[in-house]
Amino acid sequence: MRTSDLIEKIVQVGIGLAVFAAVIGLILFLADKAPKKAKDVVQLVVFLAPAIILLAIGLIYPAIRTSILAFSNKAGDLIGFDNFVWIFTQPDAVRTVTNTIIWVICVPLISTMVGLAYAVFIDKSRGEKVFKALVFMPMAISFVGAGIIWRFLYDYRGADREQIGLLNQIVVWLGGEPVKWLQTEPVNTFLLIIVMIWIQTGFAMVILSAAIKGIPTEQVEAAQLDGTNSWQRFTNVTLPGIRSSLVVVITTISIATLKVFDIVRTMTAGNFDTSVIANEMYTQAFRANEPGRGAALALVLFVLVLPIVIYNVRVLRSQKEIR
Amino acid sequence: MTSTPVAAPVDSDVDQPGTTKAKRVKTRLTSRWATIASLVIAVLWTLPTFGLFISSFRPEAEIKGNGWWTIFQNPGFTLENYREVLFSASSSSPQLGEYFVNSLAIAIPATIFPLVLAAMAAYAFAWIKFKGSNALFVFIFALQIVPLQLALIPLLQIFSGILQPFQESVGDALNIPTSNYLQIWIAHTIFALPLAIFLLHNFISEIPGEVIEAARVDGASHGQVFLRIIIPLALPALASFAIFQFLWVWNDLLVALIFSGGTSEAAPLTQRLAELTGSRGQEWQRLTAAAFVSLVVPLIVFFTLQRYFVRGLLAGSTKG
Repeated sequence: MRTSDLIEKIVQVGIGLAVFAAVIGLILFLADKAPKKAKDVVQLVVFLAPAIILLAIGLIYPAIRTSILAFSNKAGDLIGFDNFVWIFTQPDAVRTVTNTIIWVICVPLISTMVGLAYAVFIDKSRGEKVFKALVFMPMAISFVGAGIIWRFLYDYRGADREQIGLLNQIVVWLGGEPVKWLQTEPVNTFLLIIVMIWIQTGFAMVILSAAIKGIPTEQVEAAQLDGTNSWQRFTNVTLPGIRSSLVVVITTISIATLKVFDIVRTMTAGNFDTSVIANEMYTQAFRANEPGRGAALALVLFVLVLPIVIYNVRVLRSQKEIR
Repeated sequence: MTSTPVAAPVDSDVDQPGTTKAKRVKTRLTSRWATIASLVIAVLWTLPTFGLFISSFRPEAEIKGNGWWTIFQNPGFTLENYREVLFSASSSSPQLGEYFVNSLAIAIPATIFPLVLAAMAAYAFAWIKFKGSNALFVFIFALQIVPLQLALIPLLQIFSGILQPFQESVGDALNIPTSNYLQIWIAHTIFALPLAIFLLHNFISEIPGEVIEAARVDGASHGQVFLRIIIPLALPALASFAIFQFLWVWNDLLVALIFSGGTSEAAPLTQRLAELTGSRGQEWQRLTAAAFVSLVVPLIVFFTLQRYFVRGLLAGSTKG
């Protein structure tokens, strides 16, 4: 990197921040100086307008445009449901949809189960904080970084050479032949799913751990006095006590999983039958020059996410009312 | 057992506040098997990162020749990998230094812009009375369900059709450098707004009304109230959201892929890494070090600001 490049970049950021500060400062100042009669209206507009305008231009209008685009072909003519027919009939596209469904079943289920078990096991143990940090850490890492970490673990070398990928080394230690994991269908999809589970388990664990600590001690003690064993206490006291948190965790992870893009992009780029909807959307719209198909896939994603989000919001609402 | 147990309804799923830690009796839920299981999980979860970390300090021949678990049979330590990916000017090296600067140059404004705009809007919703306030707020809240995928194609068209020509003519007229930073900042700002407004509104609306009323009676304008009272009082919430947004932008790949243009002029680390894994997926001496360069910032944030980090993450986990 040349120094002049660096200076140029710093200048750009500086100008960006300065212009932003100047604009905000100026409109706040002018609103203060507005004539008394109109002052309240002017101030309201000043506070709300920037956000509203940006949302209208950058989110509402584009969402409507995309919805129309989903029913258009490359030339922009309306073609009805052809793009959706393509999604649900072309073998590759169908594969993409099935993969997404496999993802959204496996990831929330397994990461919640592992996260819950871990949260219960380490509850009130010594070094709980360290234990938590270890499993929660992947949450801070980018999906791209996680992709590289796991690609290294899945790396393949011919049987005549020393393995550098841990998974294949374990296979060799057990007396097997090394496998080209990421190119072997259908196991590759599950290997990508493991990466997502690895990331999301920490999230499940932290939330569920907080919920477990919120269960009144009296309930646990009462159950203990009744002579129950720890499994019975888990199913009769802990599980009912954290039900609403469980719902939030599962729905949140489901939404994140439906939109998963970076992991697939980094590890296989969607090749070898591993594509998912969000990745295919990018490929069709920005690589294959098929914006109509891309838009249709985005719309399918929206339809899949919608009910989960609504359910999640309702649970969060009712939880708030209880508190 | 120190306290007399009270018969509590076992099937109730209502969280009762007020049970303090001191009151809590040590229960022996954790048996030996549970300890072993949690140790196994902890090791499994740490091992992949650990392996990559160790490898990033091994010489190229060692990384490519044998596994990192044989480090004791094949010792070797070098910082060459990091030097190469960060500072080498040769065209075959990843030249991450530039992309690191880009990541910072994208993430800092893309955190500040939505934070300020959302705080202003949140203040208006909470403390300026107007007709339709509630309906508008619910509408903005509802915008969170729009996946950003749904906005990408038209937004790119708007940017390349209107924003870029405008930016270039202004840049030419004033003789200042321009790049795709601007459109990435704007895109991130827009996508962050619904969640940010919602979260900050929750916090700002709970600031005691008397404080604001008193200032208003004394003749302070909304602008003054916002700058002198709201911002200082809302700092914890602002910090939590800022951390969440910073990490979200730092770790983002999709928005960067579409709006950065892909060159070292504006592309962030994540995009460069994704590109490297695609084109040079077997050069592990570079990939391992490169991955850690991108992980350093989030990990520092994670370990130093863990409390804010967790809070921000929990609040923002449905974003995207």
